[in-house]
Amino acid sequence: MNSLNECNDKKIPGSIIPDLFLSFFKIGLFTFGGGLAMLALIEEQCVEKKHWITHDEMMYVTIIAESTPGPIAINCATFVGYQQAGLSGALAATVGVVFPSFFIIYLISMFLNQFLEIKIIANAFKGIKAAVGIIILDAAVMMIRKMNKDRITQGIMLVSFAAMFLIQIFSWNFSSISLMIIAAIFSLALYQINVIRHGKEKREK
Amino acid sequence: MIYLELFLAFLKVGCFSFGGAYGAISLIRDVVLTHGWLSEETLTYMIAVSESTPGPIMVNLATYIGLSQAGISGAVLATFAVVLPAFVIILLFVAALKRVWNHGCVQAVIGGLKPCVIGIILATGVTMILGNCIRLEENVTADIRSVIVTVILGAVLFIFKYLLKKKISPMWIILCSAILGIIIWGIR
Repeated sequence: MNSLNECNDKKIPGSIIPDLFLSFFKIGLFTFGGGLAMLALIEEQCVEKKHWITHDEMMYVTIIAESTPGPIAINCATFVGYQQAGLSGALAATVGVVFPSFFIIYLISMFLNQFLEIKIIANAFKGIKAAVGIIILDAAVMMIRKMNKDRITQGIMLVSFAAMFLIQIFSWNFSSISLMIIAAIFSLALYQINVIRHGKEKREK
Repeated sequence: MIYLELFLAFLKVGCFSFGGAYGAISLIRDVVLTHGWLSEETLTYMIAVSESTPGPIMVNLATYIGLSQAGISGAVLATFAVVLPAFVIILLFVAALKRVWNHGCVQAVIGGLKPCVIGIILATGVTMILGNCIRLEENVTADIRSVIVTVILGAVLFIFKYLLKKKISPMWIILCSAILGIIIWGIR
């Protein structure tokens, strides 16, 4: 029976699609605290339980996910789904991981305003406001500790911090995306200058 | 046209949110406040709600902001837009990007983007904390209750992370802050 199922799976890649959707639906439903917490659950489901991808592949996706934009969970879901069943698999897994949060936020948004009119809850949210700032600051500190310690990287970080701080304090009309584009161009230019220099040194030798 | 605005804004967020959820929070804050879609207060509440509900924080925020501006279709559109870049990038990656990835130019661009994002996240955290603790009305005054909660939370986080060397989930910090809020704002 088991071998028959496997046989079917290979013939009709469509049969794995509900499985992909459900697994990622579960991952989406049970991961609190965003992308990085999700990685552990994805590893458990896709590597250990279902053997959809290997541990090495998982590491590889994590690295790509961390250097590309967008939610890490989406990157992983797309990758695993695509490996298993092509484009439709990628779609099934991605929709699966997004669906629970979409639905939960939809429910919450219907009650949030009535909720905030209750005195105790309003007070609780005043406290929560303080927590959000601290959590973001803490995330930044963690990233700085993991960051490369060369001068250029640290320089870009400090200049971006100062620029963004001033932009926010004085409400200047300059978006953080423009700041990122400038940083990318600056880093690319430095790289190109280095390449040209090295080329010259080699030719002189 | 609110639909187009929502779609483009969240597509931008999806394309530039390096560094995971916290990079995205900084970008979304920027986008939402310049469009005037939510007040700073509501946005901060929603960030906390997104941290405490399952799923990617970006998706949660996109869904809520889309809902608040243009109902359920706005929510679908904003969520679709924020997810699309990550989806396409992975497909491209599997198809072709693998070979280009380790090229020096690509790595140089990423090497410039990453520290910039970290700087932006740091600035967002600092301005949010300052915004809570200091009131800029006619003259500068400190909001003593916010200062107390911020200091206690900061101390708790510091003790757990650096003295006890334990991981502490953002959810616990939020729960802790809610209880502190009820106590401190409850006292007359």
